[in-house]
Amino acid sequence: MCRLFALTSKDPVSPMEAIKALNVMKEGHDGSGVGLLLRDLGGPFEEMKDAPILSGIFSEEGIRKLDFFMMEQGFMTKYKMSIKVPKIGMEGVPRRGLYLLRAYEYPDSWDGLNENEMATRLMMTRLKIREMGEEKRDMIVFSFWPDTIMIKELGDPLEIARYLGLDRKDLKARTIMAQGRQNTNYAINLYACHPFFIKGYSTMTNGENTAFIPIKDFLSTRDFPGYTGYESDSEVFAHILHYTISGLGLGLDAYKHVITPLQEKDLDTHPDAVFLKHLKKSCRQLIIDGPNCVIGSLPDNTVFMAQDRKKLRPGVVGGRPGMFAFSSEICGLDAVISDRDKSRDIQPMHLDTAIVGPDRQEVRICRQTEPLNLAL
Amino acid sequence: MSSNRIIKPSSLSLSDLPWQIHWKKDRCTLCGQCTAVCPVQAITLSVFRKRNLADSMNPSRLLKLSSRSDSINSSNNESASDKESLSNQINSVNPAERPLSPFETYYGIRQHTSIEEACIGCAMCSMVCPNDAIEPRRNPGTDRYRFHINQDGEPRKRGGRRNSTDSLLDRIKFIRISMLTDPALDAGRHEFELRTLLGRILPPKENMSRLRNNGWIPPVREIYPLIIGGMSFGALSPTMWEGLQMGVAYLNEELGMPVRISTGEGGCPPRLLRSRFMKYVILQIASGYFGWDEIIHAIPHMKEDPCAIEIKYGQGAKPGDGGLLMWHKVNKLIAAIRGVPQGVSLPSPPTHQTQYSIEESVAKMIISMSMAWGFRVPVYPKISASSTSLAVLNNLTRNDYASGLAIDGEDGGTGAAYSVSMDHMGHPIASCIRDNYLNLVRLGKQNEIPIFAGGGIGKNGNLAANAAALIMLGASGVQIGKYVMQAAAGCIGTETDRCNMCNTGVCPKGITSQDPRLYRRLNPEDVAQRIVDLFVSFDIELKKIVAPLGRSTSLPIGMSDALGIDDYQVAQRLNIKYVV
Repeated sequence: MCRLFALTSKDPVSPMEAIKALNVMKEGHDGSGVGLLLRDLGGPFEEMKDAPILSGIFSEEGIRKLDFFMMEQGFMTKYKMSIKVPKIGMEGVPRRGLYLLRAYEYPDSWDGLNENEMATRLMMTRLKIREMGEEKRDMIVFSFWPDTIMIKELGDPLEIARYLGLDRKDLKARTIMAQGRQNTNYAINLYACHPFFIKGYSTMTNGENTAFIPIKDFLSTRDFPGYTGYESDSEVFAHILHYTISGLGLGLDAYKHVITPLQEKDLDTHPDAVFLKHLKKSCRQLIIDGPNCVIGSLPDNTVFMAQDRKKLRPGVVGGRPGMFAFSSEICGLDAVISDRDKSRDIQPMHLDTAIVGPDRQEVRICRQTEPLNLAL
Repeated sequence: MSSNRIIKPSSLSLSDLPWQIHWKKDRCTLCGQCTAVCPVQAITLSVFRKRNLADSMNPSRLLKLSSRSDSINSSNNESASDKESLSNQINSVNPAERPLSPFETYYGIRQHTSIEEACIGCAMCSMVCPNDAIEPRRNPGTDRYRFHINQDGEPRKRGGRRNSTDSLLDRIKFIRISMLTDPALDAGRHEFELRTLLGRILPPKENMSRLRNNGWIPPVREIYPLIIGGMSFGALSPTMWEGLQMGVAYLNEELGMPVRISTGEGGCPPRLLRSRFMKYVILQIASGYFGWDEIIHAIPHMKEDPCAIEIKYGQGAKPGDGGLLMWHKVNKLIAAIRGVPQGVSLPSPPTHQTQYSIEESVAKMIISMSMAWGFRVPVYPKISASSTSLAVLNNLTRNDYASGLAIDGEDGGTGAAYSVSMDHMGHPIASCIRDNYLNLVRLGKQNEIPIFAGGGIGKNGNLAANAAALIMLGASGVQIGKYVMQAAAGCIGTETDRCNMCNTGVCPKGITSQDPRLYRRLNPEDVAQRIVDLFVSFDIELKKIVAPLGRSTSLPIGMSDALGIDDYQVAQRLNIKYVV
């Protein structure tokens, strides 16, 4: 089982904190990969919250193709954060070209577009770059979104962090999601590393997705180009999150109702029984069945943890006003926020979604048996 | 047969018959139970005449043999002088004067060799014999009977399934076992929700929009994924039907399993139409429209809406052909329920005579049926599996009232059909279901129109495995018919041509007979008990299959990555894994 750690803090924090936590949970991952998502950035990126940042790994040839493509689109580079790797490579880590973290100016032609349209175009640009790099694997793109950085690499989290120099002072974020991978069914492929990101929504998941094929079939046919990829069976969780909130216009409290609907007898007594019964039927193909623990974040920097119905994957949420963490293991939580009130730690159960809003002041539990915030 | 009897082309000997009766003389008590029970009068009490061969070199032995013959055959009036003269003859030195070998007779079971009385292998004789003295045996070679069954130009008609024991479904394996990366579930202790949906399910955005605006949302039923398929009242005996309904009612009301049953095309008894049990019933309308006058008139009096309306356009056993009920089964009760005259054969036309095109069939009939029940009842067509099934499905996707599609494969059973239709017409179910499901996936509608599979599921006894394989290939549920007859009522018909006399009305178990002397052999309570056994054990087996695959929260429809087979071509065709 992979190990997950997410941090949400009022003040920007170095990603090394999350790496530290992953390292403490070392027995749970096997050095087959680490994935990092950083949002609500501090440092130099704080001054350009609106500029979309491209995160990825490119070879020299790939960079050339990227530059040509971006210029054609009208994107101008605004700021580059270069990651310098030591001359002596690390064992087990492939020699890459460049770890790219670049903020761009929007093209002039995009002036006057509304938010939705721009968001869609950003996603399409990312998909195009991904497609361009598929053949020769010289362009790997993780995200292209304002205030968002993603870094993924094969290897042990702490060693990779040192290798890439992630302890630098100018790399800080208020929302951090990190995964230490333990390889399961799918070939080691960077696109298969968590966290997964789509249009501001991100998830990382423990466990296996036994219902992967029916879910993938459903998402792929929703006529949305972003529902693609699926090198890992866990990518669907992020897409379902996006579909629930952005596609169906529901709130985060509906996410668990989509993936882990209540049983008939519990639905009968629910205040929103009628709506939920229809939701359960029409979204039947999105029901998960593996034991899963999902940690995710929303475009507004809300961070949450939700369990499946069977509650067989560990997960704990804890912290103090101003800083909260979501961790697979309590020792991970201890390593980063040791000065918290441990009696207030929460281990979400099979009906709960534990949520920390962008204000980062408290953990709220949303239980499936409660009424939904429906805009019906 | 005596040598002076005329031999005709259709004269058969015992070894020309498909089944030969093996009778043990040493065990037989001559009680007559077997000859009484034989449904086709294949056996009869008969006299056998046997010559006791004498060795002429040994006169005393001849005397002994003669005396034995005498004791059996002689009357008491025979004089001592007769006996003496016989003795003299025996002892004569002139061979010409010595008597020929004597005869003996004994009684036993003789098997008829005429076409009409050929043994069907039902083995009722074995069942009733107190001494296990008699049994039918399959002709190890090829019988000649098959060439002569068409006397008077009428080809063979029978009941049962296609005569082939091959089953592709049996060969499909479940290979995606959750081991350590994801714990397998405890089939005995975990909670399972294994229901399926019958009805048109709107896409999520559309569904929510209609909810908001109080628009019409198509009715959807949540049912058990194993349905008792259509077997008509008329094909089945009244006791069988009653047993089926009782079993279904018990499963629903006492065990909470939402099992549903289709009526078949023979209409529905009036009392059932007006009862609370209607909600467990799927009313079938087929090309004969039997009993629908009664049903329509009963609509205002119905206490409960039926579960669904099934429009039968075809069935797997005789694709492209309509239902068939022979005149001897159309008695007063059947005629009354069906709304037809008594004693007349009822071959339903292959097509619905009032419809000429697919869009008209589908749109007109489905909408009419839906409207008849105030748009509260799901309506779906049932078709034979065919390479043209995709065309039907595509049409249904464009009709909001279509609630599903039931596809019946070539292995389906029937009460009556021409043998040629059963054995040679039809499309296998596995690839048909798969193609149709993948087509729905391509259109993004796989959650909107449920596909139900039927046709020989469980024919070799592996009901849960076959059903689970079809579900993971994309079916939302399966229908069984013949399996229910076999497991719940003791039907002895097999795919090696045993019995299969359903169409003639002489069913020795009383399952498909309208003769009260025969159907009184079947106790509806016993049938109901077996139905409950069948479903409960299926439920356990289904859990035993899905739990190791890590599934419990919902029926794993379309979970094709769990399937594998040891045949490369099949794996390619069905889009599942090839494993050896």
